[in-house]
Amino acid sequence: MTETLTFLLSGTLLAGTPLLIAALGELVTEKSGILNLSVEGMMAVGAIFAFMVVTGGGSYWVALAAGGMAALVVAALFAVVVIFTLANQVAAGLAVGILGLGLAGLIGDPFEAQTVPPMPKLPIPGLAGLPVLGRGLFDHVPVVYLAPVLALATWLMLTRTRLGLLLRSAGENPDAANSIGINVRFVRFCATLYGGFCAGVAGGFISVVSATLWADGIIAGRGWIVVALVVFGTWRAGRIAIGAYLFGLATLSGLLVQTTGVAIPSQLLTSIPYIVTIVAIALLSMNPKLTWLNAPVSLGQPYLPTK
Amino acid sequence: MALLELCGITKSFGAVTAAQSLDLSIQPGEIHAILGENGAGKSTLMKIIYGVLQADAGTMSWDGQPLHIENPAQARAYGIGMVFQHFSLFETLTVAENVALSSGVSVARATTHIERSGARFGLEIPAAAKVHALSQGERQRVEIIRALMGDPKLIIMDEPTSVLAPTAIPGFFGIVRDLAAAGCAVLFISHKLSEIRTLCHTATVMRRGQIVATVDPTETSQADLARLMIGRDIPHPKRAVATVSDTPILKVTDVTVADDNPFGTTLKDVSLTVHGGEIVGIAGISGNGQQLLAHVLSGEIPLSPGQGDIVFDGRPVGRHGVAERRAAGLAYVPEDRQAQGSVPELSLTENALLTGHMAGLIQHGLIRRAAATAFSERCIDDMDVRCAGTGAEARSLSGGNLQKFIVGRELALTPRLLIAAQPTWGVDIGAAQAIHQKLVDLRQDGLGVLVISDELDDLLEISDRIHVMFRGQLSASIPRAEAREDVIGALMAGSFAEAVAAS
Repeated sequence: MTETLTFLLSGTLLAGTPLLIAALGELVTEKSGILNLSVEGMMAVGAIFAFMVVTGGGSYWVALAAGGMAALVVAALFAVVVIFTLANQVAAGLAVGILGLGLAGLIGDPFEAQTVPPMPKLPIPGLAGLPVLGRGLFDHVPVVYLAPVLALATWLMLTRTRLGLLLRSAGENPDAANSIGINVRFVRFCATLYGGFCAGVAGGFISVVSATLWADGIIAGRGWIVVALVVFGTWRAGRIAIGAYLFGLATLSGLLVQTTGVAIPSQLLTSIPYIVTIVAIALLSMNPKLTWLNAPVSLGQPYLPTK
Repeated sequence: MALLELCGITKSFGAVTAAQSLDLSIQPGEIHAILGENGAGKSTLMKIIYGVLQADAGTMSWDGQPLHIENPAQARAYGIGMVFQHFSLFETLTVAENVALSSGVSVARATTHIERSGARFGLEIPAAAKVHALSQGERQRVEIIRALMGDPKLIIMDEPTSVLAPTAIPGFFGIVRDLAAAGCAVLFISHKLSEIRTLCHTATVMRRGQIVATVDPTETSQADLARLMIGRDIPHPKRAVATVSDTPILKVTDVTVADDNPFGTTLKDVSLTVHGGEIVGIAGISGNGQQLLAHVLSGEIPLSPGQGDIVFDGRPVGRHGVAERRAAGLAYVPEDRQAQGSVPELSLTENALLTGHMAGLIQHGLIRRAAATAFSERCIDDMDVRCAGTGAEARSLSGGNLQKFIVGRELALTPRLLIAAQPTWGVDIGAAQAIHQKLVDLRQDGLGVLVISDELDDLLEISDRIHVMFRGQLSASIPRAEAREDVIGALMAGSFAEAVAAS
């Protein structure tokens, strides 16, 4: 029983971490008014670049950064298309996302089914020795500890800092933001690049930390869960974190059911986490007032300053 | 030397010339009025000075030096502040965050500034409140506080008094005079002649994108100013005796509703009646619950049991929604013509269909295009709406013309009762008079009319009885003969509510 609990806690954190990192990036992007639907593709690009760095002998930190930077380049392409040439964000997001998936598959072809050694863990001194909780929560790679810190930092940034005000003003009322001297397109551009970087890091985490292998299609729809997390989390970092870890937990439930020996089609099992997450966060976000207060009003709308 | 000098400023939007070789000179410490109807080009001129728009031709100079402003940030760096008419505030941010955002200070410092300006200029506003929860009048206070943040040398105010209570206007003028005495020039955009004559040193009159005169408003009569501005005399609505129905069309009894909004005003035991053949006005400083009352009466917020009764035409409708009340003959002109009254991106015909679909414009679920176009043409003709035709997008109309169209649309449905919230907000004299005349005509035809307005002058001109709202309570009605500005003004400051509390 304690073994199961430890396994659940540990697995939840491991599976939830990349979703949380990518969703926090997407949150920043969306708060600035840009709807980025290419997260899936950006995560795939991040995953293959991170994998290549580790395969080539680079450190895990360099690998994650490389994954982030590669996805950032893809995000820059998306940002130019939607911010400066005013393309439709939904269509451009889908196109760039498919491009990213294809690109990752092409570059990753020689690496198909190769594996990398796991990233060294950093047990928290003192806490890691605790029964059950110790190995469940405090015996992980450092990135796992950093994700909740990033959630807290993102929340503070959005609600307590001038940078957060700039982002929110560009996403809420770009005309008014322009009239008080804010460079809306620059703010949106930076926010989109940041979101891309986060998606790339998250993708890298999946290939070199949690899966430790490369396979085409390794992201498996998690980029879409990220987009859903942001919306159903009503654009609030705390709820997005709950949703991300919930998804992580649900991923494990399939494995647990299999161990009980009950015969359930595997396709149904793998779909459980997606169903559970959507249902749970839909329930969490039933209050329309929350959405109304937190949704960026001009999300997805192109902005051209009047001259 | 002039603080700001404009020479030959010209700006066109497509085929429309919004500003045609304008020359203007503003001295330090001068209160300079820009007078003109909606669409005369006042707002375009101000936006060019503030850097929101770029002029096609012409030059500007500041303290004798050439002035090039490409964006509002540069304008503010020169010391030019602006109070917008259509507010440029962020609704999901707090008051303090809005002020902090534009001035580059911390939220804590902005809060101090807001409290200090509040105390000094009577611009009280809760710094921690979110802007979406504020009334139009309160939002303007935020805009003024925000403009004052940068210690400007020139402050542009676009229709600033349109959202203030009459009792607040002398105090507001005091602020403007204090600013001017301190050397800050004020560009005061308005269409209210008496205010300009009381306050301003110089008045520049604009009509159709051109400057038609620059005069000393204290030496020019109100009638002369009006003629310069609209090119003819100001008409007043003609009132005849109307027959008031014996039974009320609308009877509201003890309505008590709490606002969903945590910063909103709660309605407390609101009762009123409207008979056929009378215009009932509801006065009050904005933010005292008028918005909520309008939503309750229109059916946007239906009543729950125990929240009071609304009887319309002898039938209880308190729990009915908008569609049922409209079907029963209640027409409603909402406060915000752009957000609620129309869909700006749609054509006038399509906007007419929004509520006009009940007038036989739909058959077997299909739109009868010809009938819809004819219906919308009738609205345009009835109200003398200036537009490019029934296919024109609603957003292409000036505020006054769009409002006239919406009023026309509601009246074309031949209602039994018309509720109009802020029907003349930000509307020019010509359009306001047209709307007033229409309301008075309706009364003569035996309709009941309920007007909720912040503009006391307007209510005094057209109403048969006036109620006053204060902190969600409604005063007893004052008959037209007794409704003098000082009487209503005292009620607007809450004198009746105190009496209620004391009893």
